[in-house]
Amino acid sequence: MIHFDNVSKIYNDNTTALDNISLHIEENEFVSIVGQSGAGKTTLIKMILGEERPTYGAVFFEKTDIHTLKKQSLNDYRRRIGIVFQDFRLLAHKTVYENIAFAMEAAGRGEEEIAVDVPHVLELVDLGDKIWNFPHELSGGEKQRVAIARAIVNQPDLIIADEPTGNLDPINTHEIIQILKKINDLGTTVILTTHNKGVIDSLKKRVVTMEKGKIVRDDVHGKFIL
Amino acid sequence: MIWTKIKRVIKSGSISFIRNGSVSVASTLVMTVTLSVIASLLFVGALLQSTLEGIRSQVDINVYFESSVTEAQAQTLLLELKQRKDVASVSYTSSEQALENFRLRHEGNELIMGALDEVGENPLEASINIRAADPSSYQSIAEFIQQENVSGDIAQGVKKISYLENKTAIDTLSKIIDSSEKLGIIISLFFMIISILITFNTVRLAIYVSKDEIAVMRLVGASARYIKGPFVVIGILYGFLSSIITLVLFYPITYWLGPMTLNLGTGLNVFSYYLGNFIQIAFIVISFGIILGIISSWLAVKKYIKV
Repeated sequence: MIHFDNVSKIYNDNTTALDNISLHIEENEFVSIVGQSGAGKTTLIKMILGEERPTYGAVFFEKTDIHTLKKQSLNDYRRRIGIVFQDFRLLAHKTVYENIAFAMEAAGRGEEEIAVDVPHVLELVDLGDKIWNFPHELSGGEKQRVAIARAIVNQPDLIIADEPTGNLDPINTHEIIQILKKINDLGTTVILTTHNKGVIDSLKKRVVTMEKGKIVRDDVHGKFIL
Repeated sequence: MIWTKIKRVIKSGSISFIRNGSVSVASTLVMTVTLSVIASLLFVGALLQSTLEGIRSQVDINVYFESSVTEAQAQTLLLELKQRKDVASVSYTSSEQALENFRLRHEGNELIMGALDEVGENPLEASINIRAADPSSYQSIAEFIQQENVSGDIAQGVKKISYLENKTAIDTLSKIIDSSEKLGIIISLFFMIISILITFNTVRLAIYVSKDEIAVMRLVGASARYIKGPFVVIGILYGFLSSIITLVLFYPITYWLGPMTLNLGTGLNVFSYYLGNFIQIAFIVISFGIILGIISSWLAVKKYIKV
């Protein structure tokens, strides 16, 4: 589904963020990417989202080179990906309903479909009673569940969760990971970056370990080893 | 689908305008200041124009004829002058009419009346009074009259043209009027640019608050146009509301200033001018406000939408 073909990213100040990376992620996989800060995890994610361009090499989504996409095609491509961030990145002046509806509107969905799907997806993440709340009225765990609801509402092919549990307590961390596992079980590819050893060890899924811009380990049923 | 998108953009923009109340109030007030500057420039321009018009109307020239020139010849010249675009008004005074006017003007002055009786015959010449649309045209009008082939050699019957005697004064006045107009335009442009820049920066700051949200919108796949739309709606609301506030504010302001501007010798009561030209002024202020709001928002969002 996703293929990194000898990808390097060198910034203007000669910092090498990615050093000749080759990586293949299959459909329906649950892949965790681990590594210390500055190992290149975020750059890797940004490459998949089309936010950063590789200096050398190419990144493919299915058979398409992501970085050759024109603006409109890039928008269409991004609608096939759901993203969850560590800092939630909800739209502060929109209610929970509007935050999720926005992603659907951006994908060109109709009003009736939005009115049915938003409450449904909020029930899935157990937030049916918070539908008209604003983000500042929610706890960290609730915000992250809204972010997940927004990420899955368009039924994407891929979910990218960039340190989704970084700001959460252990109970909320467990719940978020369980939701991500459930999403994967339903057939969506998940890419997770995290520093949380407990999460990685409990998942028993593929683990890609990065160090100084390189992939140093790639284990099918990996553990958190740095 | 397009109509649905437009509806969503308008709704989203309007809701954001209300929810970001304090930012909206601050931006609207700053834009009100800008539009007040623009509206003030309209009034200052009108006052300057009226004052200069008053000065212009006091400048005229007279063409005096020899007694040999018949009224028919003078009327022919009158018609030719009327056809010139640079002539605002022209009138003929016969020598008899000139004498009568003179008598009326000096009715109580026995010395002058006695002197006039002493002369016996009518000493005053027939004349044509000319007012040019612009004082700088008097030179060419005077030259036109002096041409040999104008109106069947009437040039030879011209005794004198008052312009030639007052040339320096008229030219100086003409230069002062020109410079005043140019200075007025430069000062207006200066204030206009300053106030527009202030508005741009205010709107940019208002949108800066949302820069992270714009990045998130981009990452969930919203098109640039769909992201910009609500911000443009907010810009339109800033512009529309501030233009209404400006128009309301200028009612008491011009009411208060009206008699003063008239007493200053400008020949214009700004309150009457405001009421008399309300539709034009409202159109200029509202459209300027809305366009400024649209452009400011568009440019500000564009800056943060590059992801």
